[in-house]
Amino acid sequence: MNQKRKIRVLVAKPGLDGHERGAHVVAYGLRDAGFEVIYTGLRQTTEQIVNAAIQEDVDVIGLSILSGAHVSLTRKVLDELKNQKAEDIMVIVGGIVPSEDIRDLKEMGVREVFTAGTPISAISDFIESAIPAD
Amino acid sequence: MKNSWDKLIQGIREKDIRAMARLITRVENREDGWKTAMTEIYPLTGKARVFGITGSPGAGKSTLTCEIARELADRGHTVGIIAVDPSSPFSGGALLGDRLRMQQIFTIKEIYIRSMATRGMLGGLCQAARDVIRIMDAFGKDVILIETVGVGQDEIEIVKTADRVMVVCIPGMGDGIQAIKAGVMEIADLYVINKADKPGADEVEADIQAMLSLSSDLECVAPPVLQTSALKKQGILELVSALLENPADTKKQKVKEEIRIKEEILSLMEREVFRQVRSVWENEGSLLDSVSQVMQKTSDPYTIVKQMLLNHKHR
Repeated sequence: MNQKRKIRVLVAKPGLDGHERGAHVVAYGLRDAGFEVIYTGLRQTTEQIVNAAIQEDVDVIGLSILSGAHVSLTRKVLDELKNQKAEDIMVIVGGIVPSEDIRDLKEMGVREVFTAGTPISAISDFIESAIPAD
Repeated sequence: MKNSWDKLIQGIREKDIRAMARLITRVENREDGWKTAMTEIYPLTGKARVFGITGSPGAGKSTLTCEIARELADRGHTVGIIAVDPSSPFSGGALLGDRLRMQQIFTIKEIYIRSMATRGMLGGLCQAARDVIRIMDAFGKDVILIETVGVGQDEIEIVKTADRVMVVCIPGMGDGIQAIKAGVMEIADLYVINKADKPGADEVEADIQAMLSLSSDLECVAPPVLQTSALKKQGILELVSALLENPADTKKQKVKEEIRIKEEILSLMEREVFRQVRSVWENEGSLLDSVSQVMQKTSDPYTIVKQMLLNHKHR
């Protein structure tokens, strides 16, 4: 009866950024890949995102950021996760991110960054390989 | 890092939100040991009041749930919300979007929100929902709201696990109650006409009242009908007060509880028997044999089931 463990993903858009098309595409794509996707919508504060991730017990937080503020917003989310002792939740970032910032984000603790043009399967494959199946 | 069941249960006694969230995940996944864990949790439960919220898609259930939870928190209650959305029968994945309408209450400490996918578990969702309610109850949430779309048998079964059920209608959908009539209208302890700032709310109310007046149960107290606008925060105070009011008919409540307990025992038993029979059948490889027998037309599914049950009885 033990079914395969469902991977739960939170897709969130932090900060002042009204472009949610990309987040929608990713959310639907991950659903079609068999994940349970919790979508929390636009203009989320760091606290809202981290609280939702903890309450929903997600394996992954996917931040969609197109505002250019990806470094500072992501840092805030990572800090809040530490603050709430939930730094074990994996964070990935999607959006328009210059390559030098990708390096910085990964140094901060972001597991992967997906820029425009990434096929959904690259994201779902990454998540599946990064989350232990136990 | 594996969290043991004991540690998680200790965690909910200490009001650790992560422990509750983990416990829900593991019970929902039916990981080994879940039944023992629930047995340990059971004595900690029974204090929470559970309200079901259902209605057609787009009726504003999530927005309404959000406003109800906020009002309850303002009145000093601690609130758990279970927001159920369907899983895709094709991919097994789900897009759980009820939180989208609840953003403003994400950071209220007294409120815990959990999105739950139906996961295509035949009848199993109902039990999983009961288990999640109990975990929240054991944690100390004193009001639990469970929100589901009012279509499909499973969803209706879930809200039946609640102490009181609220059916949400909206103006402007044909004769108002068409969209959700089958099986749903009968379970309401309370009717809410949401989006009542739109034209047609009074007509919907008249429709519902007319339907209720046709009830064959003359002794039954007619459920209240209320108008709200969740978006404009109108009618919420009255709605919450009506929800919290003690049910007038305690005898009816007791009958309902008896039915609920009976149904739960039967459904747990059903799944357990099925699981046992199936695992024996699969392990011995006879399920595959049976399939090939039917394919070769040497037997038929009816005979096979009959034989299988007989064999199982004689074990």
